[in-house]
Amino acid sequence: MTDLTLRGRSLDKGAVSRWLQDYGVFAAVAALLVFNILFTDNFLSAANFRTQLVQAAPICIVALGMALVIGTEGVDLSVGSVMALSAALVPLYLGYGVVPAILAALVAGLAVGLLNGVLVAYIGIQPIVATLALLVGGRGLALVIAHGQLVDIRDPDMLTLGSGEILGIPIMVVVAAVLSLLIWLLVGRTTFGRRLVAIGDNRTASTLAGLPVRRVLVGVYVICGVLAAAAGVLATARLGAGDPANTGLLMELSAITAVVVGGTPLSGGKVRILGTIFGALLMQLLRATLIKNDLPDSTAQMVQAAVIILAVYVARERGTR
Amino acid sequence: MSAPTPASSPATDPESGSTPRPDADPVDGATPAPTEPAEPTGPASSPQVRQQLFASLLQRQGAAAALILVLAISWVTLPRFGSTENMRDIALQSSFLAIIALGMTFVIITGGIDLSVGSVYALGGVLAAYGAQSGVLMALLLPLAVCGAIGLVNGLLVARLGLPPFIVTLASLLFARGLLLAITSEGSKTRTISDSSFLSLGRDSFLGLGLPVWFAIVLCLIGGLVLRRTRFGESVFATGGAEQSALLMGLPVVRVKVTVYALSGLLAGFAGALTAAYLQSGVTVIGVGVELDAIAAVVIGGTLLSGGAGTVLGTVVGVLLRNVISNVINQIGGLDSNYQSVISGAFLLLVVVVQRLLSQARPRRRR
Amino acid sequence: MVEQREQHAPVLETVAGTKRFVGTLALDDVSFQLRPGEVHALVGENGAGKSTLIKVLTGVYQLDGGELRHRGEPVSFGRPVDAQRAGISTIYQEVNLIPLRSIAANVFLGREPTRFGLVDRARMHREAAELLREYGIHSDVRQPLGSLGVGAQQMVALARAVHTNETTMSGEGAGAAQVVIMDEPTSSLEPREVETLFEVIERLHRKGIAILYVSHRLDELYRICDRVTVLRDGRLVHTGDLADLRRIELVSMMLGRDVSDIRRHGSTTFGDTDHAVVEEGRSEPVLQAQNLVSTPKVRDVSIDIHPGEVVGLAGLLGAGRSETARAILGALPLDSGTVVLGGRKLPSGNVGAATRAGISMLAEDRKLDGIVPHLSIRENIVLASLPRLSRFGVVSRTRQDEVVKTFMERLRIKASSPDQKVVELSGGNQQKVLLARWLCTQPKVLLLDEPTRGIDIGAKAEVQALIDELASDGLGVLLVSSELDELVDGSDRVVVLRDGEVAGELSGDEVTRDAILDAIAGDQQEASA
Repeated sequence: MTDLTLRGRSLDKGAVSRWLQDYGVFAAVAALLVFNILFTDNFLSAANFRTQLVQAAPICIVALGMALVIGTEGVDLSVGSVMALSAALVPLYLGYGVVPAILAALVAGLAVGLLNGVLVAYIGIQPIVATLALLVGGRGLALVIAHGQLVDIRDPDMLTLGSGEILGIPIMVVVAAVLSLLIWLLVGRTTFGRRLVAIGDNRTASTLAGLPVRRVLVGVYVICGVLAAAAGVLATARLGAGDPANTGLLMELSAITAVVVGGTPLSGGKVRILGTIFGALLMQLLRATLIKNDLPDSTAQMVQAAVIILAVYVARERGTR
Repeated sequence: MSAPTPASSPATDPESGSTPRPDADPVDGATPAPTEPAEPTGPASSPQVRQQLFASLLQRQGAAAALILVLAISWVTLPRFGSTENMRDIALQSSFLAIIALGMTFVIITGGIDLSVGSVYALGGVLAAYGAQSGVLMALLLPLAVCGAIGLVNGLLVARLGLPPFIVTLASLLFARGLLLAITSEGSKTRTISDSSFLSLGRDSFLGLGLPVWFAIVLCLIGGLVLRRTRFGESVFATGGAEQSALLMGLPVVRVKVTVYALSGLLAGFAGALTAAYLQSGVTVIGVGVELDAIAAVVIGGTLLSGGAGTVLGTVVGVLLRNVISNVINQIGGLDSNYQSVISGAFLLLVVVVQRLLSQARPRRRR
Repeated sequence: MVEQREQHAPVLETVAGTKRFVGTLALDDVSFQLRPGEVHALVGENGAGKSTLIKVLTGVYQLDGGELRHRGEPVSFGRPVDAQRAGISTIYQEVNLIPLRSIAANVFLGREPTRFGLVDRARMHREAAELLREYGIHSDVRQPLGSLGVGAQQMVALARAVHTNETTMSGEGAGAAQVVIMDEPTSSLEPREVETLFEVIERLHRKGIAILYVSHRLDELYRICDRVTVLRDGRLVHTGDLADLRRIELVSMMLGRDVSDIRRHGSTTFGDTDHAVVEEGRSEPVLQAQNLVSTPKVRDVSIDIHPGEVVGLAGLLGAGRSETARAILGALPLDSGTVVLGGRKLPSGNVGAATRAGISMLAEDRKLDGIVPHLSIRENIVLASLPRLSRFGVVSRTRQDEVVKTFMERLRIKASSPDQKVVELSGGNQQKVLLARWLCTQPKVLLLDEPTRGIDIGAKAEVQALIDELASDGLGVLLVSSELDELVDGSDRVVVLRDGEVAGELSGDEVTRDAILDAIAGDQQEASA
């Protein structure tokens, strides 16, 4: 008797957490939208939606790369510092034009990703540890490059990137959408994507199947680094200034949260792109909701902390199933 | 029609069959008979442990050597460096980080990590300023209680629920920062401290050294003693060295983990309180990135990031090295103070790569 | 009086012990007795129930039916600690100590001698040194444990276990009540370390401590054990004095063939004809593995495989069969020796290169080394052949679906759709998915490690028939199996391994059950010589 009821309960619990993990993020975003439309003043306006999407765009782009890394059972703590590097490099190279400036930032992201990837895949250092070094040093390097200064950006093209629109849609949102689509195709349709997920799900079996495990891992960290750099460029353009001290601060946490909330387990083997995008939206909406309802930033941070723990806990339930 | 049997390679000749066994045995057959005298304590057959400990020792010595070198060069080349004033200053600056890094040493030896200490440190300072209104006792108890509680929750989430330490402590980094902002009107209010007996904890001197330095020395001595000479210390090492084995040996692994995270929170809070006493106010903006400084100091001091080995003395050396370099950078005019974290990061990178490479010659085994 | 009875009554026994796991009966009515002061061998192949029995005796598992008795009294060990408190210690194959800590610390961890609350190091070192001398360890006990050889580490584990029991147990007959269980203690030991272990066992034996000794090395068993218990498929098939039993009898009991029954004809679906399509003497081997050494399990193995030939690889558990297959694939790095495929030498330790060159391996452990559990059947099948099915790195849906459909039909994989997750399939269908994955790579040589283990009869027959068919198509197959019928009926030639070396090679009419058994047991010289 007791056994049966216990069994029933644990089954229910499993089902609930599975549902939460698979669809929780969509439900939560929907619930927040409904709540805001009903109770928050001035929420239901095109301008506001545009603002929300623009603010979610950098998180979303970083989270896409993070999702790939987490899909291989890794993590990349250096993304915030990579964004800071972008913030330092863009103003520095803007004199040569917008394209060289952006390229410089992306190359820096690529280099950081390459270093992370080699440390993880070839030297065999745990991902947390390997990426920690660049979390520590990356922002310092960015500040050294910028001499600790906030540098204003006056280049009109660069500023357009942050505030311009295409067909009424902010450029930043368009960029985020295009990158999301590309990453979605990469995961679902390409050799690389298939191998990535297989390696995250069962690395031994993948090795025995002759997959180039190390090369795929390096590729994943490189993509993550480049995406983080791109997010840094956009954030800089949006701000209208290169601010290496604050750009991307704690971004690793927001990105990991967006990914985990979106249903990608930390144990790897699964990458949910749509979930990740909604995870990023959720984190942004949550913050906006709290702030728009006159709850201070401090509360927003504490709520975010609670959401993270909850998301990891739910994912853990799933993992041990 | 059968496939031809290829000529047998030499391997198929069983050497075993030709060696008779010395002792009588009821069963006949081929037995590989070891004839050498038994001596199980021959040359090490699992070199990776030696190499790991060697790496740890090398780093500790390396960090100490680097410290001495930097000290010597700076002493000679920088006129103001060797002054008593400057030395006192380095000691005082190091004392706060040393207390935080002490807790971090315990956490890392168990194989974990605590990213929340920077925020908890800042929170401790603000709470001390808050508590100082009701006297020195509250000024100490309030931060210790709250920060200890945050550490305890970290420990429970990590040890009981098995959540990854870096996520749990990143979340509590955010939580502690949020709490700090909440009690300071979103960081806009800096509470000054007027309680003189509390202020003296941070500002008075004894035998020429500031009280925070003495606190750091005493705490590190106790910490070292606990780590090296108590059953708890042995359990800390065992938990980080081989958790499964420690469990099978009946050691209180969960309790050990909860304790070290609580300890880390407690020490960070205490360091925050001392800093508040020193600065005469609960400054809200300090502590950002302090967790990274602490981790770098611990690892540079020879503690294995994978857990299982490390010393408090090494951590102290790591902290001193960091602050001496930072002091030198400040003294060389025109050098960006941000080089500090670049150097820390590069050091960290070097150390983990060396740790890994030195321990990589392990005998390969399936899974 | 009491002591008198204890001398004869078993110190530890299961009475009609039954342990059930989902779908399988791991222990089926096992009545096992360990007598005080004896050295008792426990043998059986994979899945025989040995480890389940050990786990029941040490409190890791609890019996579902029957009774566990300690010194004649029914007991129930809820946790491993309970068994340890009752004086039952276990030495595992993998040393469960802390390699980075000192030897002395490892002996005393959790029970360090203290003075004024601090660990009394001097006393700890002195006592540890004293204690370990009895176990033949004379090293400096302040050294890290990991600096010792594996054998010496095992000895430290043993010393710790016995010492812990001696100090926690007290009263009369404490020695006689003690049990030490050794689970394959010699599997990673050097010969001289084995000697020391035996000396220690001898000493424990004299102290009256009962020892349960699990090993696959027959030589060892015959040297040190008094009695033996043989398990097979969860049932106890024999228990008795070891000296009365011939090796070949022991091996046949382990492998499930009575000596008298050995002529009985096969129960497999392999065809009767031999496969080799190439004329004798003129065939070029597609794969030549020469003098492979990969310590510790592969010591010297040479195998040739010809196109269209099924080469069986026989030997007891731990003889190095799986390791040989892995070494050929490159999953285990070679210390020496070469693998030549189609005339080209393969780089050592590079699975990718081997796969591209045309070697594929169906691993023994389907769950850990084979399936990618949360991916679909489709993705699992094409995993190893993605480059062939892609253009510019983009997977072609049509070509992929074509291939998947072909193999699902050919191998009769039963699933709701190709999108079903592999983890949801039955063992047999999972195995077929993996076979499809390897066939999809169009291999020249297929290494099959226990291809029919743990799958139902129907699937087993299908897999066996498929192996036949593949060989007829000209594929070279290495068939690793612990089932004699499968080897005899399925192979053109059988290579027998013993302790990591080739102990015999049988071909044509020589491939019989008794010849294989002889070679495994090592009663005779070279079976094929």
